[in-house]
Amino acid sequence: MDFNDTPEEAAFRAEARAWLESNAERKGPDDAPPDLLGERTDSETVQRAQDWQKKKAEASWACLTWPKEVGGRGATAIQSVIWKQEESKFRTPPDIFGIGTGMCGPTIMTHGRDEQKKRWLPSLVTGEEIWCQLFSEPSAGSDLAGLRTSAVRDGEDWTVNGQKIWTTGAQFSDWGILVTRSDPNATKHAGLTYFVVDMHSPGVEIRPITQINGGQGFNEVFFNDVRIPDANRLGEVGDGWRVAITTLMNERASIGGGGGAGSVNELMKLAADTELNGKPAIEDSAVRQRIAEFYVRSKGLQFTGNRTLTALSRGTTPGPEASLGKLVGGKLIQDMAAFGIELEGFCGSLTQEGLAPQDATWQNRYLGIPGLRIAGGTDEVLRNIIAERVLRLPPEQRLDKGVPFRDVPTGPPSK
Amino acid sequence: MNFDFSEDQKLLQKTAKDYLEEHSPLTVCREVLESDAPYARDLWKGAAQLGWLGTAIPEEYGGAGFGYLELAVIAEEIGRALAPIPFASSVYLASEALLRFGSDTQKQKYLPELASGEWIGTFAVAERPGQNGAEGIETSFAGGVLSGTKVPVLDGDVANFAVVVARSGHGSGLSLVLTDLDGDGVEREAIKSIDPSRSTARVVFSKAPAELLGEDGPGDGAGQTDALLDRAAVLMAFEQLGGAARAFESTLEFTQGRYAFGRPIASFQAIKHRLADLWCEIELARSNCYYGAWALSNEDSELGIAACNSRISSSHAFDLAGVEMIQLYGGVGYTWEYDCHLFYRRAKLLSVALGNPASWKDKLITRLLESRAAAASAEARNTDD
Repeated sequence: MDFNDTPEEAAFRAEARAWLESNAERKGPDDAPPDLLGERTDSETVQRAQDWQKKKAEASWACLTWPKEVGGRGATAIQSVIWKQEESKFRTPPDIFGIGTGMCGPTIMTHGRDEQKKRWLPSLVTGEEIWCQLFSEPSAGSDLAGLRTSAVRDGEDWTVNGQKIWTTGAQFSDWGILVTRSDPNATKHAGLTYFVVDMHSPGVEIRPITQINGGQGFNEVFFNDVRIPDANRLGEVGDGWRVAITTLMNERASIGGGGGAGSVNELMKLAADTELNGKPAIEDSAVRQRIAEFYVRSKGLQFTGNRTLTALSRGTTPGPEASLGKLVGGKLIQDMAAFGIELEGFCGSLTQEGLAPQDATWQNRYLGIPGLRIAGGTDEVLRNIIAERVLRLPPEQRLDKGVPFRDVPTGPPSK
Repeated sequence: MNFDFSEDQKLLQKTAKDYLEEHSPLTVCREVLESDAPYARDLWKGAAQLGWLGTAIPEEYGGAGFGYLELAVIAEEIGRALAPIPFASSVYLASEALLRFGSDTQKQKYLPELASGEWIGTFAVAERPGQNGAEGIETSFAGGVLSGTKVPVLDGDVANFAVVVARSGHGSGLSLVLTDLDGDGVEREAIKSIDPSRSTARVVFSKAPAELLGEDGPGDGAGQTDALLDRAAVLMAFEQLGGAARAFESTLEFTQGRYAFGRPIASFQAIKHRLADLWCEIELARSNCYYGAWALSNEDSELGIAACNSRISSSHAFDLAGVEMIQLYGGVGYTWEYDCHLFYRRAKLLSVALGNPASWKDKLITRLLESRAAAASAEARNTDD
């Protein structure tokens, strides 16, 4: 039992590091941590991100696990993780390609025809074209298969109408993966069809969503008589749910890493620098108890990540058990943020620059974190996944099985 | 990355599991719980014959000469079986105390007997409510004799000897001393505890002959107690992990077979989500236990921190598993007849046996601050260069 690379992994790490050393700058201790929920990205940042992606692609450091024929490196999953670990130590532009390379690409590889793979995959690797995911709708979030955006066949095209929401990066994306309802008379999961949509098509309208923290990482995307060629369909008509599952499996395959160990350090520093009842808060037993609990959970997450990496290193693909990282980690960061604010006493309310302790780290995190507990699977959905797919418990009984979708009960339209 | 047990270690674990399934079903635990028997003697003999008691004891002292990773996987199975034997006292505490601090003569004398199971050893530190370590010790050792009262002492009624924390006037004022529990000046009685499947005693020393553990007694009894508790904490955490996993698996099975409102109760989200949360806690505990096992087997400088992590995480997981087990079984879970209370009891016993979770959390913060201060001063030194 150890934390070391195998000799092959060490050699690969050295190769990755060498390339990074000569193509990027190492991060310093004062570099800001990465944004948890991406803020709106300006065009200059998008360009820098594209330049970096292209540079990586030219040296085969993009989409490492993809086959060489489509521009990948044919690398193993553990090599891909090693690359990400090394890359994260360097100053690089924000990763705006994660959805494309992590979810869209693998779905096209699994369900696309040869000409579709040839058309879309190479430019996805090089970052020349950017992708987004058009799944959630105002009335279909956790219950994704309840989506209502309609696709109606019209000659060689389909006409799409409806609304998607929570679309990260829609404003600078060239392509989107889109799940639609092509048959409202079929049962819920059977009436779906999956497309690739050109985001520059007439009738696509994108509006930013302002989050509770003022950020604008997401968009609403409206489809008004948008025409999609049938050639852009992925999978069979009515088989969209199976294709969507491929996308979602890839979304969850991304490994939860650090688990907030850095945050515990910051919290200890805060508790050392803040007074409580006339002495440093870190000497207060209630404070010590809480921070110890945070620390133990964050290390538990970190070592769970190490166990997952071990499985990857041995060639096993992580399954639904990877849901643990997001479920435990989201709540943990929220609890730590709440505690950090409270440690600051009266000043815990401040977000004013120059006055807020620790640059309002905890306040900003507190306002940002509720989104993380919802995006990409709410805590409740993750618990269902663990219960049904890891623990194999029986599914919840439901009222939408075997019923034509148009007859599934719905609530009143949301405001 | 190789953060896992080896195939050989897993095979050893499987062998232990198979053996305990056959020789230590829960009826064995229940027999001890319901009778005056202090422990399951046949099972103890079996564990000795399989070499488990000497797993981490070097061959020169009659042990198997394996390491702590091997001992950890056996501990997990001992915990899974709720095995009613003095394994923790004799193996994690008495044997470790001798291995770590004993003189060669003491090792020669005691370790072969411990490894063979001929002798049972225990560790006596507790004296009063609220105590969680070597603080406030009144038992004293002077002129070769020991006086004072230790309560509770796990397995103190059946152990042949004890490693006792006593005031000695050496160094910090505390020392670890070895004393024969069958000898003069020792009175002991079994006392009731929350988990009667493990025996607990009060031991009164009245000028009982004793000797310092180690050649000339370094007089750092407080530090030695801490070090010993750290080592035992990692191993006991595996026991707690095994117990938690077993309680959880039984609850999974029960809730799938129990129907209410025309469906298995495990199909209700109210139940499923609790089970999913419990699974997460057990997985976190497992990961922290691995960390502890890694640190212990490498004698790493992080052992103090890793031990806290293992103990806090596993205590929480096992406590929660016991509580949830009764709640999710419902009424039958509260009956004497069902086995839920065996887990509920053992979980609580183990969660205070080496000091309560709060004391370990406090210790963790102290150690993190120390390790940070050490890292900062090392960095300052490097910058000066």
